[in-house]
Parts: sequence; structure tokens; C-alpha cells
Amino acid sequence: MKKNNGFSVLMNGIIKENPVFVLILGTCPTLATTTNVFGAFGMGISTLIVLICSNILISLLRKVIPDNVRIPCYIVIIAGFVTIVQMVVHAFFPALYDMLGVYLALIVVNCIILGRAEMFASKNSVGRSALDGLGMGIGFTLALCSIAVIREVLGAASFAGIAIPFLADYKIDFLVKAPGGMVVYGLLIALVSALTFGKSPKKKEFSCAGCPGAKLCGSAACHGEKHEEKEEK
Amino acid sequence: MEGFKGLVVILLSSVLVNNYVLSRFLGICPFLGVSKKLNQAVGMGVSVTVVMLLATLATWPIQHLVLDKFGLGYLQTIVFILIIASLVQILEIVLKRFSPALHQGLGVYLPLITTNCAVLGVAINNINDKFTFVQSLVSSLGCGLGFLLAMVLFSGLRSRIDESEVPKSFRGVAITLIAASFISLAFMGLAGIVDNLFA
Repeated sequence: MKKNNGFSVLMNGIIKENPVFVLILGTCPTLATTTNVFGAFGMGISTLIVLICSNILISLLRKVIPDNVRIPCYIVIIAGFVTIVQMVVHAFFPALYDMLGVYLALIVVNCIILGRAEMFASKNSVGRSALDGLGMGIGFTLALCSIAVIREVLGAASFAGIAIPFLADYKIDFLVKAPGGMVVYGLLIALVSALTFGKSPKKKEFSCAGCPGAKLCGSAACHGEKHEEKEEK
Repeated sequence: MEGFKGLVVILLSSVLVNNYVLSRFLGICPFLGVSKKLNQAVGMGVSVTVVMLLATLATWPIQHLVLDKFGLGYLQTIVFILIIASLVQILEIVLKRFSPALHQGLGVYLPLITTNCAVLGVAINNINDKFTFVQSLVSSLGCGLGFLLAMVLFSGLRSRIDESEVPKSFRGVAITLIAASFISLAFMGLAGIVDNLFA
């Protein structure tokens, strides 16, 4: 994991530190946009684009941004890219725009992006940050799609909006509703943790490491979990 | 009277039916992270309610008096997140200066709230739903109370989970999410309550 080549940086985000299943970041869009494979894929790609762009820019500016005001700076940079993505999606994919609704704007507060800015892009070179963004983004998209496939095929008997006729009589409505999403997500986390048990890096209960507030909030809210500087070395 | 009824409907529907955490998945991170103990859950819930109200108080006029007027609607996201971030910062400074006791209680949660999607979500949703100013305030109050309610209920459930024997791979987030889904399921049962309130 600490190897310095670009490939391991890329794969790190997809498998070892998958933002959804291992780091447990970005829970809100994960649950909210996975009722439909199309929506999940769109959400994943939008996040991927914002993640790469913001990682590159933040990495470029990492020596310029003063340490005290870095979080507001990051937020402004991220918000700028989110606005661009929002406008592009609105103009070229109106169906997707309607489906994602407010969640598209909420990419701004997606902890994955701020978390990667804080943990990776602010300390690494531009190339590595871009690769990290790409890896994390792909990991996020794949995870979202895998949840969405389960929920949509079993819950709505369709795939990306195309009906699957022989399942129509057996669909489980529960899965496309709010509680169903939590159950599927919970089961998948358990599955991933069963598969990687012992092999994965230290299991975190809740990912305060990725939360930009971790340093500030210190004890009470995050059970005293220390901000981990795992990317350095 | 009609207006008042409308406000009650908005309040109840945002507390019970469209509960932000349980049916719209906004603010899941603090919901899962800070709900371990009852006092933490209450502290977080109250802070979120206060910030939501303040955020609406600030963002609604700006959207209608500045952004709409000058055709700057596309700046909504960037402006709102900046307002919320600075609002939280100001609130923290003010609390620290004038009410150290309250700052001790709520201060630790404030930095977390900046990146809480529920607050930004409420501000944007109020605009998207075309609420009036008063309706917006009521709806953000309702969302905050709904968040508080969900947190308090869930912290009770979690203290039970801590005492029970959970299979190894389910420990931590997995079982917490599944437990959350049961609460969400219970709230789904309230879906019809608002439609028939004044029928």
C-alpha cells in the first residue's frame, strides 16, 4: 500500500480503501441515488469528475493555500467544480438532472471529496493526486452501481430503467424504498468485511479519519479517534 | 386559518413523513457517527436544528433578493455553502464569547455541521419547493426536530446493540445500518398521517 508507483495509488481507491465499503464515506449519496442503476452511474461519474478536478487543483495550490484557512479554500474549489458539473448535466442529461435533484448539488459536502483533499491532495504531487482521485472515483462508482444493481433488479425488476419481465411478479418493493437501501448497504459492508477480515488495514468503526472536522472536533463527537496521516511515508 | 393549517402540515411532514435522515438520507454521517450516547445525540440534534434555522434565515433572503434578482441562480451551491460555513464559524465564536457553558455543550459539534449535507439540503430544498419565507422557517424547524427525534430514538437502539452478541463481520457500521433501516421502516408507517390530518 505504501509503494510509490502510480498503479498502487490507483488501485488503492478502487479496492483497498474503497470509499464506500471500507472507508464508509459519502453515505448519503450512496443510499439516496442507488434506487436506479442509471442514477447511480451518473452520480458516480459526476463525483469522479469533481474529485479528479478538485484533487488536481488543490494539489497544484497546496503550497499557496495557508494552513489556517485551507478547509474554506477547499470548499470553494470543490463548490466551483460541482457548479460546473451541475450545469453540464443540466444541459446535456436533463433526465439524470431530474433524477438526482438536490443530491447533485450535495456533492459539495460529500465527505469523500473533502476527505481526499485533506488526506491526499494537500500532501502529494499533482500526478499522484489525479490518480488518487481517479481511483477513488472509480471505486465510488463501482460500489454505487453494485448496490444499485441489487436494489433495482430485485426491488423494481428492471435494469437501468429497462424492465426484466420474468422478475416482474417477484419484485421486492421494500428494496427500492429507504429502509431497503440501508439493509442492502449494511449487508454489503458485512460481506466486504468478511472477505477482507484480517487482511484489510485497521478496521474503523466510523471513518472519522476522512472527516475534515476530525482534527477540530477531537474527542466528543468522534470518540477521540485521531486524525490519521496514513498517506505520508 | 388556511395558512396556519399549511404550516402545521409542513411541520409534521418534515418531522415524520419526509424525515431527512430516514427517508431522504441527508445527514446520515452524523446520524451513524454521533448517536452512540443519548447526550451526544441530543447535543448534535439541537446544534443541527439551530444551524438549519439560521441557515434558512440567511439563505432564503439572499436567494430571493440577490441571486434571483440579478440572474445569478447558478451560483446557488457555492454561495450557500459559503454562507453556511461562515455562519457556523460565527456561531461558534459568539457562543464561545457569550455563553461558554453552551459552547462546551454544543461547540464540539459545530465544525462537523459545516459539511453536514442535511443543512445545505434544507436550504436548497426550501428554495426548490418554492416555500415562502415563513414556510421555509417552519420546514427547517421541522427538519431539525426530525433529525433530533431520529438521533434520540436511534441512540436508544444502539445502546441495546452494544450489549448484544453481533456476528464478527457485522460489527460496527453494518449492524448499525441494518438497525437504522428498522427505524426507517417504522417511520414509513407514518406516511399517510399528513394527508388525512385536516380531511
